[in-house]
Amino acid sequence: MRRALAALPTLCRIGLTEAVAYRAEMVVWLLTTTMPLVMLGLWTSVADEAPFRAWGSRDFVAYYLAALIVRNLTSNWVAWQIAEEIRTGTVSGRLLRPIHPFAGYLGTHLGAVPLRALAVAPVAIILVASSARAVLVTDPVHVAALVAALLGAWALTFALFVGLGTLAFFLDKPMGIIEVYFGVFAIFSGYLIPLPLLPGWVQALADWLPFRAMLGDPVAIAIGRVPDGAAAWALVGRQWAWAAGLMLVATVAWHRGVRRYEAFGG
Amino acid sequence: MASPSTATPASPASPAAARPRRRLPYYAGLLAVQLRTSLTTAMQYRADFLVQGAMSLYWLGWNLVPLLVLFDHRASVAGWSFEAALVVMANFVILRGILEGAINPSLGAVVEQIRSGAFDYTLLRPADAQFLVSTARFAPWRALDVLGGLALLVYALVRLGHVPDLGQLAAGLVLLGAGLVLMYALWLIVVAAAFWVVRLDNLAFLLSSVFDAARWPAAVFRGTWRVIFTFVLPLAVITTMPAEALLGRLDLTTGLAAVAGAAVAAAIARAIWRLALRNYTSASS
Repeated sequence: MRRALAALPTLCRIGLTEAVAYRAEMVVWLLTTTMPLVMLGLWTSVADEAPFRAWGSRDFVAYYLAALIVRNLTSNWVAWQIAEEIRTGTVSGRLLRPIHPFAGYLGTHLGAVPLRALAVAPVAIILVASSARAVLVTDPVHVAALVAALLGAWALTFALFVGLGTLAFFLDKPMGIIEVYFGVFAIFSGYLIPLPLLPGWVQALADWLPFRAMLGDPVAIAIGRVPDGAAAWALVGRQWAWAAGLMLVATVAWHRGVRRYEAFGG
Repeated sequence: MASPSTATPASPASPAAARPRRRLPYYAGLLAVQLRTSLTTAMQYRADFLVQGAMSLYWLGWNLVPLLVLFDHRASVAGWSFEAALVVMANFVILRGILEGAINPSLGAVVEQIRSGAFDYTLLRPADAQFLVSTARFAPWRALDVLGGLALLVYALVRLGHVPDLGQLAAGLVLLGAGLVLMYALWLIVVAAAFWVVRLDNLAFLLSSVFDAARWPAAVFRGTWRVIFTFVLPLAVITTMPAEALLGRLDLTTGLAAVAGAAVAAAIARAIWRLALRNYTSASS
């Protein structure tokens, strides 16, 4: 553990260097998250005709731009990376290293965060410059909660994706699961449509799933849809609990997976 | 789809040996062989049929969520009722099924070939390279998506109480074909780009994620989106116009312009592809 912590700054630096080396790919990759923009176009036209259930076009602009920022800032591709490394057997190299493989993955993806922040900066500028600025939170309690929620969303997404990637130890085609996961995530996180606009039973179900803490909750805090500071911090607490729980599950699954793993091409 | 008439790929081998034959039956036979190979491969993984079927249903239902949420509180959006928007959605599902079944797998494979150098062998074969590349691989189970889309289309038309007459049906089919040609042309241009920019999976993802916007009637988008989706990426042509034709709302001039546009796009894509072939420098040697 201490060894992993000592190595982490170096691993992050390597991650950053890798991300810079493949910067063009990252930009194109970020551009593929067009779904919030398409939904933004759709819902602003709808809200221009008449507000949709008390959501005006300004609310939709703020919501989807914030969703775009949160998604690109907190997402990573560690699930695909792990699945691919297990499939091809390159994970063997990682297992030989003296630190836990998760530390290596953490470094790679944490190191890419500065570049992600740089890439979403234009979206943030547009958001702040637009009329949607009026709904953004400004008081210190909410802003502090927002920062904590963004960190938590990153940690939660990382834990969940590590868990999904680890499935490759047990399944032949984990990609199908990841595809299904994305569909579920898009609905229950509020990525596709703001959760308050979905039917009551979907919202009730979403309360019991981790997905809204990955996207919908940070966005709700950012655009002032949380009643007060205490409620915002309660969301953050639940989010961190999910992150810790899922990381634990992923770690246990990883160790069981490694035990049944037989390297390909040995 | 590929016109086998005028091609002379810049083959590394002697031009005479690689000169493509020009007979239609030859290409029809070739297509049959390629199809049979894909089908045989697919039949080896019969369990995938169930998985794919379940996935088709899953995404079909998923696609309907925003539509249901929106029209639960609105009778119409930008002049489109729920049922009419459902016709557009059905077109989208059908078209995407065809794209992912017949076009994306082949063209995705060629990008890998260019990277590894295996594309040399494609160029050496005595047939048009564009034809070979476009028909290399099929994903037969995607037919389930197409079936789901057709069911959705029938359901929407029944709910509307609208039976398209023969002219509307023909116009809808022709325009759906034009939309397919247009998407194929865009895909071919993206693949041609792979000759210069090798890592390209991302670009393909970009194209399909933008194509996702075609599930909505073009009229619901305004301002910047309208401009992008009409002129930059003509999504309106791809799914909205066939729906309008089926519903009998499309005037003849617009329809003909869309078909002409698709033909022009195909010609441009072909030209870019041939330009790219001339610039091909093998990766293997």
